[in-house]
Amino acid sequence: MEELCVISGKGGTGKTIITASFATLSENKVIADCDVDAPDLHILLKPEIRSIEEYRGGKVARIIEERCVKCGKCAEHCRFNAISNFRVNTFLCEGCSVCQLVCERDAIEMREELGGYIYLSKTPYGWMSHASLLPGEENSGKLVHEVKKRARELAKKNRSKIILIDGPPGIGCPVIATLSGANIALIVTEPTLSGIHDLKRVLSVAHYFNVLPLVCVNKYDLNEEMTEKILSFCTRENIEVVGTIPFDEKVVEAMENGRIIISEGGEASSAIREVWKRVHEVLQRLH
Amino acid sequence: MIISVTSGKGGTGKTIVATNLAYLSKDVQFVDCDVEEPNAHIFLKPSITFSQEVSLQIPEIDEKKCSFCGECALFCNLNALAVTKKGVILFPQLCKGCGGCILVCPEKAIREKERLLGVIEGGRFQSGEFLHGRLIPREPFASPIIRKLKKMIDGRKELVILDSPPGMACPMISTVIGSDLSLLITEPTPSGLFDLSLTVSVLRTLDIPMGVVINKANKNNIIEKFCEKENIPVFMKIPFDRKVAEVYSKGHLLVRDEKWRKKFEELFERVLSLDEI
Repeated sequence: MEELCVISGKGGTGKTIITASFATLSENKVIADCDVDAPDLHILLKPEIRSIEEYRGGKVARIIEERCVKCGKCAEHCRFNAISNFRVNTFLCEGCSVCQLVCERDAIEMREELGGYIYLSKTPYGWMSHASLLPGEENSGKLVHEVKKRARELAKKNRSKIILIDGPPGIGCPVIATLSGANIALIVTEPTLSGIHDLKRVLSVAHYFNVLPLVCVNKYDLNEEMTEKILSFCTRENIEVVGTIPFDEKVVEAMENGRIIISEGGEASSAIREVWKRVHEVLQRLH
Repeated sequence: MIISVTSGKGGTGKTIVATNLAYLSKDVQFVDCDVEEPNAHIFLKPSITFSQEVSLQIPEIDEKKCSFCGECALFCNLNALAVTKKGVILFPQLCKGCGGCILVCPEKAIREKERLLGVIEGGRFQSGEFLHGRLIPREPFASPIIRKLKKMIDGRKELVILDSPPGMACPMISTVIGSDLSLLITEPTPSGLFDLSLTVSVLRTLDIPMGVVINKANKNNIIEKFCEKENIPVFMKIPFDRKVAEVYSKGHLLVRDEKWRKKFEELFERVLSLDEI
């Protein structure tokens, strides 16, 4: 079983469009949406939810007013500036319990909060593990970990060959959790200065966590000079480029209508098919 | 006035709006809080004149003093410490530096040492002050750098612009919290709308006033409909235009073009007028 995650560093380069396309093209896989912060894969794959599980994130401190003598020790020790005016700001609280530890009046309780939901769903293209994070919830890396765990269980049960993962943008904890244990990271970039800048940063994360990076350039014809720069950078760094995808109005239209580009035809659609072929070859090589 | 520029979905144009807006103010402080993938410097081209390391205090165990009682590991809610017969193992990437292990250790065997997370750099660009942070790739936690950046906010400025990371987890919350207004950048697609609705609920809980900018706008009016229903003003529409994407790709600002300058000036006036209320 191989894990393929689609990441990008920079947001909005086309991760979800490509993951959804791969979902329609690949066989015998389980799909996971690890962009738990802003999950959008369900809009394209239209999963039917089969089970819902509550996700308990971290703990959050609460001050019990009747016992509090307003000594201020809790605020003094809190390194996250989460306590002011003898109130805990739950958005800033990291749940470390230091306030509870230093409180001499036993006036702080730690409460386990509902952090979100984890779903197992059926899509026309196979099983899918995904989640929703409650607004402002901490620890999205931990939820990513849970989503991946469910996907692995499903894959084992169904003897699936591939786990196809839609990753989050950035390089922080949810991305690291997505990469952990993955075999391949397909990095979707775009020919902009920001795209190149972010590609380099996310590449070093992939290298650090020992995941094989592949690169594809989306909307390559928006700036062909910049695309050339990305391609020669990848050659220099010995990173395999698995394709370039042209800018195509059809993609915009498909997104607007919540449709997957593969079924709409056109230039971008055929280019994505080619990218999948190349990725599939790499997967088989690993196998 | 402190405004945050944010979006649930990535790549909707936060940095385009934030940097172009910054260029119009004569008295502005620009703070790029997307420390995972900072991009604003590409457009504002500041001259960086100072740099400062950001570290987290993490525990260091003196095994000569340690009695391997396991209190530290028991206390640590993030499971960053494990005590075995052979010694104490620290998983530094799980540690958020709360300092609790030091407080619970009965042998006073734990000291703190610094773990480098990234840097903050600052300088000037044409119309104002510039600050950004850069998280070292491999480090999971962006929030300590964002918290430090926000301590450097200069409230005397006419305008402070916080360029936020995407999503709605801790880095986004750490950025927008305490701002006077959030500009939400979105696009007229089902995913743009879905992520916008999530962001709106976060900002409502935080009690931050908002205004929406629709990027890549076309005939589709799903965002306007949503905003009308939710009673959120639409401040600006940036029409779908391949040229915008091309200007962006080269790291240029739109306001260099007269037509765009006018549009962003209107947005600028609109934002500042809210400050007087």
